[in-house]
Amino acid sequence: MAKDNVVVIGGGPCGIEVSRNLRDMGYTPILLEQQSELGGHLRQWDRLFPEGVDARKVLKELTSDLRGVKWFTDATIDSIKKSRKGYTVNVDSGMTFESKAVILTTGFKLFPAEKKEEYGYNIYERVITNADLEEYFRTRKDSRIQDPKTIGFVHCVGSRDEKACNRQCSKVCCATAVKQASEIKELFPEATVYCFYMDLRMFGRSYEDMYLNAQKKYGVRFIRGRVSEVSEDIDGKLFVKAEDTLLGKPMKMKMDLLVLMTGIIPGESTAQYSEMLGIERGEDGFFAPKDTILEPCRTKDAGLFIAGTCTGPKTLPETLSEARATAIQVHNFLSK
Amino acid sequence: MIDFGYSLSKSNALKIENLDDSRFKALHKLEPDAYKCIGCGSCTASCSAGVFTELSLRKTLLSLQRGEGKGYIDQLQSCMLCGKCMLVCPRGINTRHLILSICKIYSVEQ
Repeated sequence: MAKDNVVVIGGGPCGIEVSRNLRDMGYTPILLEQQSELGGHLRQWDRLFPEGVDARKVLKELTSDLRGVKWFTDATIDSIKKSRKGYTVNVDSGMTFESKAVILTTGFKLFPAEKKEEYGYNIYERVITNADLEEYFRTRKDSRIQDPKTIGFVHCVGSRDEKACNRQCSKVCCATAVKQASEIKELFPEATVYCFYMDLRMFGRSYEDMYLNAQKKYGVRFIRGRVSEVSEDIDGKLFVKAEDTLLGKPMKMKMDLLVLMTGIIPGESTAQYSEMLGIERGEDGFFAPKDTILEPCRTKDAGLFIAGTCTGPKTLPETLSEARATAIQVHNFLSK
Repeated sequence: MIDFGYSLSKSNALKIENLDDSRFKALHKLEPDAYKCIGCGSCTASCSAGVFTELSLRKTLLSLQRGEGKGYIDQLQSCMLCGKCMLVCPRGINTRHLILSICKIYSVEQ
């Protein structure tokens, strides 16, 4: 029983999971990824919050059984044309796919930290990002991390910030910061670790336990105040200015390492697909679903679906759940 | 009154339901952003005057919202209107203008 093709654009966790589920339902998913490997941002992770599960293991599991999924890497979409029969998707390598349904799982992009110049990323040597630190956890290689004694985590870099043109909360960085603060304390037990936050959003199951653990087990110091600026002294040490708002005092601190928790912003291709396919976008730049509560994965176009972080910041389990839900929605649409 | 040798302490609690916010409402008319503050403290952290004085725009604004203006208005006098707080505010509040309006409404000589 060969059922229809379904084109899935974006081979991150969401695209992979939606494809696997459609395959299980008898469809032939065609998964197109523009990079040279499947996995999206998950490839850059070492351990996942809240329990510290190995990200490589999760990715391996996700990609272990792709039988029946036709997947292509290095596949950049040239055009998607809508006809009465469905969609014609042209890939730059010359391949063309016909499909009644198309699912966009095009994901997100991390906020470019250098845009917040006052934090000194790419200006001061010892300012790194959450992505850099995760890379360090994976490879243990980064010349900027040399036995730091005082480490600061700056929450909300490029999130909840009208000056950065991103008013939205990126949702996952608070949990990531608490995870990374605990992990770096594990690597450098002598170090003093600070988290500078505006609000700590520990919304998920066990996140609060992770926070408690960071306080109790790792002694991470939480300061309620947003870092306003960073400067560097002659020895390359960083000076961080913030207000301890709970105490009501401005403070200036010397740091050996500063980690900027860059937020989630719409991926490069979001605007492009929005224009190509007439998908509406919200003020935040992410795709706007047909109905945010009842039909979060559908667009005005019945055969065109959107899932994962292309519709806003999400955790990995949320993304995977949405992928499975979308597979059912696609099935319902195709079996009508 | 008979002196029993002890007195009652005055409550230190904020009586939010009795609060007189007429002046804050007037301020809000002039400054629609007056309620937008999320209290992150960036303004205080970057404040050139705040390092040496008690000046804190975050505290001042919150106190005025709660009808507790006393003392905070005087502190605004050390503001040099340099505008650094305006540069760092994540909510994009025009803090310089806000400070001038606070002085106006709460009738302090500028």
